[in-house]
Amino acid sequence: MDFLRNLPFFSIMLAMFTGIISSAVNGRTARRLTLTMVTAVLVMSALTLSYTEQIGESVTYLMGHFPAPWGNEIRFGTLEAFLALYFSIIMLLSVLGGWSHVITDIEAGKENLFYVLIDMMMSSLLAMIYTNDLFTGYVFVEINTIAACGMIMIRQNGHGIVAAIRYMVMSLIGSGLFLIGISLLYDVTGHLLMVPAHNAIEQIVTDGIYYTPLLVIIVLISVGMAIKSGLYPFHSWIPETYGYATPTASAILSSLVSKGYIILLIKIFYRVIGFNIVISSHVLNALFAFGVIAMIMGSLHAIMQTDCRKMIAFSSVAQIGYIYMGIGLGTKAGMVAAVFHLLTHAATKSLLFISAVGLYEVSDGRTDYLGLRNAAYRNRVAGIAFSVGALSMVGFPMLSGFISKYLFATAALEKPHKMLITLVALIISTVLNAIYFLRQVVTIYSGRPGEAASTSHFIKEAIAESTFSNRFASIALILLNLFLGLFSEAVIDLISRGLNLFA
Amino acid sequence: MLDIEVLFTSHLEETVAMILFGIGFSLLLLNRNLIKKIMGLNIMDTAVYLFLTAKGYIYGRMVPILTDGITDPNAYTNPIPDGLVLTGIVVSVSVSALLLSLTIRLYDRYHTLDLDKIIMEWRKEEDA
Amino acid sequence: MSRIRDNYKTSPAGRFEAWYKDGYDPMDDCMDIHKPAEVSEENDVADVIAGLDLGDTVYDRTTNKALRISGHIYKILSVVLCVVMIGALIWMVQYLPPFGQPDNPVNNEVSERYIGSGIQETGAVNFVTGMILDYRAFDTFGESCVLFIATICVQILLRYDEAEKDPANVRRRQKAATDRIYEPKNDIILQKVSVILVPLLFIFGIYIILNGHLSPGGGFSGGAVIGAGLILYLCSFGYAKTERFFTVRTFRIISLAALITYCLAKSYSFYTGANHLESHIPLGTPGAILSSGLILVLNICVGSVVACTMYAFYTLFRKGDF
Repeated sequence: MDFLRNLPFFSIMLAMFTGIISSAVNGRTARRLTLTMVTAVLVMSALTLSYTEQIGESVTYLMGHFPAPWGNEIRFGTLEAFLALYFSIIMLLSVLGGWSHVITDIEAGKENLFYVLIDMMMSSLLAMIYTNDLFTGYVFVEINTIAACGMIMIRQNGHGIVAAIRYMVMSLIGSGLFLIGISLLYDVTGHLLMVPAHNAIEQIVTDGIYYTPLLVIIVLISVGMAIKSGLYPFHSWIPETYGYATPTASAILSSLVSKGYIILLIKIFYRVIGFNIVISSHVLNALFAFGVIAMIMGSLHAIMQTDCRKMIAFSSVAQIGYIYMGIGLGTKAGMVAAVFHLLTHAATKSLLFISAVGLYEVSDGRTDYLGLRNAAYRNRVAGIAFSVGALSMVGFPMLSGFISKYLFATAALEKPHKMLITLVALIISTVLNAIYFLRQVVTIYSGRPGEAASTSHFIKEAIAESTFSNRFASIALILLNLFLGLFSEAVIDLISRGLNLFA
Repeated sequence: MLDIEVLFTSHLEETVAMILFGIGFSLLLLNRNLIKKIMGLNIMDTAVYLFLTAKGYIYGRMVPILTDGITDPNAYTNPIPDGLVLTGIVVSVSVSALLLSLTIRLYDRYHTLDLDKIIMEWRKEEDA
Repeated sequence: MSRIRDNYKTSPAGRFEAWYKDGYDPMDDCMDIHKPAEVSEENDVADVIAGLDLGDTVYDRTTNKALRISGHIYKILSVVLCVVMIGALIWMVQYLPPFGQPDNPVNNEVSERYIGSGIQETGAVNFVTGMILDYRAFDTFGESCVLFIATICVQILLRYDEAEKDPANVRRRQKAATDRIYEPKNDIILQKVSVILVPLLFIFGIYIILNGHLSPGGGFSGGAVIGAGLILYLCSFGYAKTERFFTVRTFRIISLAALITYCLAKSYSFYTGANHLESHIPLGTPGAILSSGLILVLNICVGSVVACTMYAFYTLFRKGDF
């Protein structure tokens, strides 16, 4: 069915079109348009996935009438289609999960603008997954940055705006480094499309003329993308940003925004520069080192937090460290582990943020430990969802976190130099994760069930339930987590095949 | 190691672009005043545009607009970097407008342009 | 019984349990179902701390020693990062291709085709416009979306709605409204000069947009000039006269129509290109105004969006409304 080749292009254009229209309608219509659009993208990505599975090779799609070095292109294989499907599922569930809070957190006249931002973010994520051109990648990275900034500051008490400015300053530093890296790459190779640039780079490595600029280019692009996705020394904007935004925005920001940049980085490593050249430049060792430090320092900071949302945000810092550690291992198995952990983290973090909001809306709005005591008895679904998310982060068997830690450990065994550090870091960070996550889980269940009535004397909110959409989103994310944990073989196989086609 | 002569004779434009990029980057990262950070961002982006435009120039050739019916590619400079710079300028303007409006809101609330002081006030509010 | 409990509470195991559970439950071990009457220890400590008013000095960099040291470390590391990066970049420049030589890697078959076959394939006399609106049109589409989404974000921050509840925003609007007393209203020099300049600016802007494919210009530059004309008109004649022809509805209609036209036109072009279908848009004769297929339409759309956006930025910053 050759018509199915057009579906990725349709999904990008549909997302942008919905965003443009949503700016002129009112809030409820904009919400319905967004939900329709994300469902449509979901269906289209599923059809694309089945199409690419059938063909077994990656498809190049011309954007315009002219082929590779002269015109723009997008390219998709199994991995890109699967990632698009997965991201659209997460985005749909995040919008459903935080639905009721969008109405209360945002002013009445500006609710449609929030949905415009969500549509634009969907289109930029899809474009970053599918793109085959470096400069298009840069433009859509900027769209992603501005949309994320808008989502942070839409909840307009003072917290949102200060968090937004800190995020923008850090993110623009990363963008600037990425842009100068791309300009230098264009200077040295003369191409902006990825495949011709790769051929030119191979020429450079054999000739040796422009080899020094190539090393600097690799460092600039890696550092730029690492800053934008929040690797350890550049993580200071993460806690307040994820912690104080409206729940939909927290879920989307923590699960999807950094992942888009990491996927673009992996794509540049594989398709433009070539993985063996990257390994020989030792940039991966630096990424590995910072990933390991992030795993440990992120968890240590999370233990010291008393606010539940900031604790979840700091654990995001640690999980990004896991992903960079996987990339930094420098083997195929390490990359598969990193991509699988990317999927795990996306599902689990959104589950945690959506269920946490359910917990503290029945605790009189308090988010510290003392206030959340017994919250799981007041809101059963949110309690179960939070516990499942926490156990998955720690690495309980049958849930997806266990599989990703297992994959990291087996990938580390192939690399004798980095094996000991990786295994020790995995052990330490699992213990640290257990400390703060299980402490929270025990707290929300502590106290006897009959006490719920008596503690409600000084915690005013009575026993309540979250809205239907919140419960639906939480249960769907739990099922997604279980799916990744139980059917991981199929997913890992798909990722490996997709990575083979990626290059 | 560092051949200063080469830097200033055959690579003058690139050297100046890199120095400007460094100045802009340092301003964006290190300075505490919000307006100066925005200026640093603009200087950084302008340096990249200078670098890109310099890449398109070839000695002794014309601007890439058809004149006198000559379609020989060896008579015109390279048009690609010009297009990239056009896109980049629009992106830079958009981001600057967004940052400036954030600065206005922050100044209204905290009455200072110093980012460190704003964060301090914010932490105090958060604790209360 | 309670003495044993007190001893437990001060022992290491008891302190660990207190840390783990973040405080002992005051309802624990209680026979009543009501809150115990006496003040628990936590309230006492909280009162004392509030009385000390440490909040102001704890975050002050000059008094809090730990904060000062970490601030210094952060500054030193940032400075080292900047110096290393600038040094690496300048050192690398000497290995780059030299300036302006025709055999650089950038002057390859890509630019040859853009110039050599540009007229036949795109119909545009200006090769740069042909490149950004035909060969690499997807980048330009992304760039229009960047402009659009920046307008949305600035509206989120600065637009004043009637349903505004936040007292800071209401105060800001009142301050701006009273501030306009001091603006030079009906300034004679500004008005006399604008009467001459504004029509010239509009005509010049429209000329630049329409001639985008024939001479230097295009949608972005022409739109900026028209936006400047609108701003000058607003500054000289005030909001009442400008609202006779440019209201928020005009802004929405123009930008929506332009962006939708752009989106649909480009989708048609990409779809026909990718499926190797014939595109039924005539290219015309190069050098005429009505030539080069969709480029003229796209330039007009982009020009109107940019003009509205420039005006919107100005008026949102100044008044918070259109």
